Amino acid sequence: MVPLSYYLVLSGFLFACGVTGFLIKRNIITIFMSIELMLNGVNLSFVAFAAHWHALAGQIFVFFVMVVAAAESAVGLAIIIAVYRTRETLNVDQVNLLKL
Amino acid sequence: MSVHLILFLAFGAVCVAGAINLLAQTHPINSALSLIAVMAALAGEYLLLGAEFVAAVQVIVYAGAIMVLFVFVIMLLNAGVEERTQGSRVAVLFGIPGVLLGSILVAWVVLRHFGTEAVAAGALPGDPKTIGQMLFHEFLLPFEITSVLILVAIMGAVVLASKPPTSPAGGPARKVD
Repeated sequence: MVPLSYYLVLSGFLFACGVTGFLIKRNIITIFMSIELMLNGVNLSFVAFAAHWHALAGQIFVFFVMVVAAAESAVGLAIIIAVYRTRETLNVDQVNLLKL
Repeated sequence: MSVHLILFLAFGAVCVAGAINLLAQTHPINSALSLIAVMAALAGEYLLLGAEFVAAVQVIVYAGAIMVLFVFVIMLLNAGVEERTQGSRVAVLFGIPGVLLGSILVAWVVLRHFGTEAVAAGALPGDPKTIGQMLFHEFLLPFEITSVLILVAIMGAVVLASKPPTSPAGGPARKVD
């Protein structure tokens, strides 16, 4: 049997890795992948708590998180393509003006 | 050491290694592949927790659909190795110690508060039948609202990623690549 706290520590570590990637990465696609990593860390704690408290609603929430992540990645990647068309760069340090 | 704990540690090691590799790599395609490894290992963790359907959906939707979208965009935009700048060096200097401190604090609080209370593996029915009954009875309204969200996201993606309407109308030729 695995203690609940081990799952929570793993989930917290994945979330922290996502935050670190969000801070230190300069490629806009990698920053976006760090956000996905954070969502995955949260999903793990949802499932772990669902198993711990015998509440199936926790697993349902994971589906909603996945749906929102899918919608977010579709829109976000479209925005990345639009940014690349106008700026011709993926470096976030060079995307610092609201208007060209 | 039980079999569950060994499997948890094995999948967890893959998760941790993939997450660190995502940060260490400079090319986005390598980061994407390590993120796929993290998601596949997380599906194993879900199986250990008795959430079979969530594990299957994790592999199909996350490691399949979403990551294919990422890899497709990386290849479409021909993303190269990222360069370091002044701002990113400052972020490395302050970000990594801060995040390490925060995660150690969270781990300490969680281990203190929850102790080593075990999760009963496979005790919760996570099969598609039970999930579906719950999804279409108690969570019917959120489910329907989700479909509207997906529709809006599809339309937004199409509008954003389509070519700007000024370029084909004989205006000044914009470099669209």
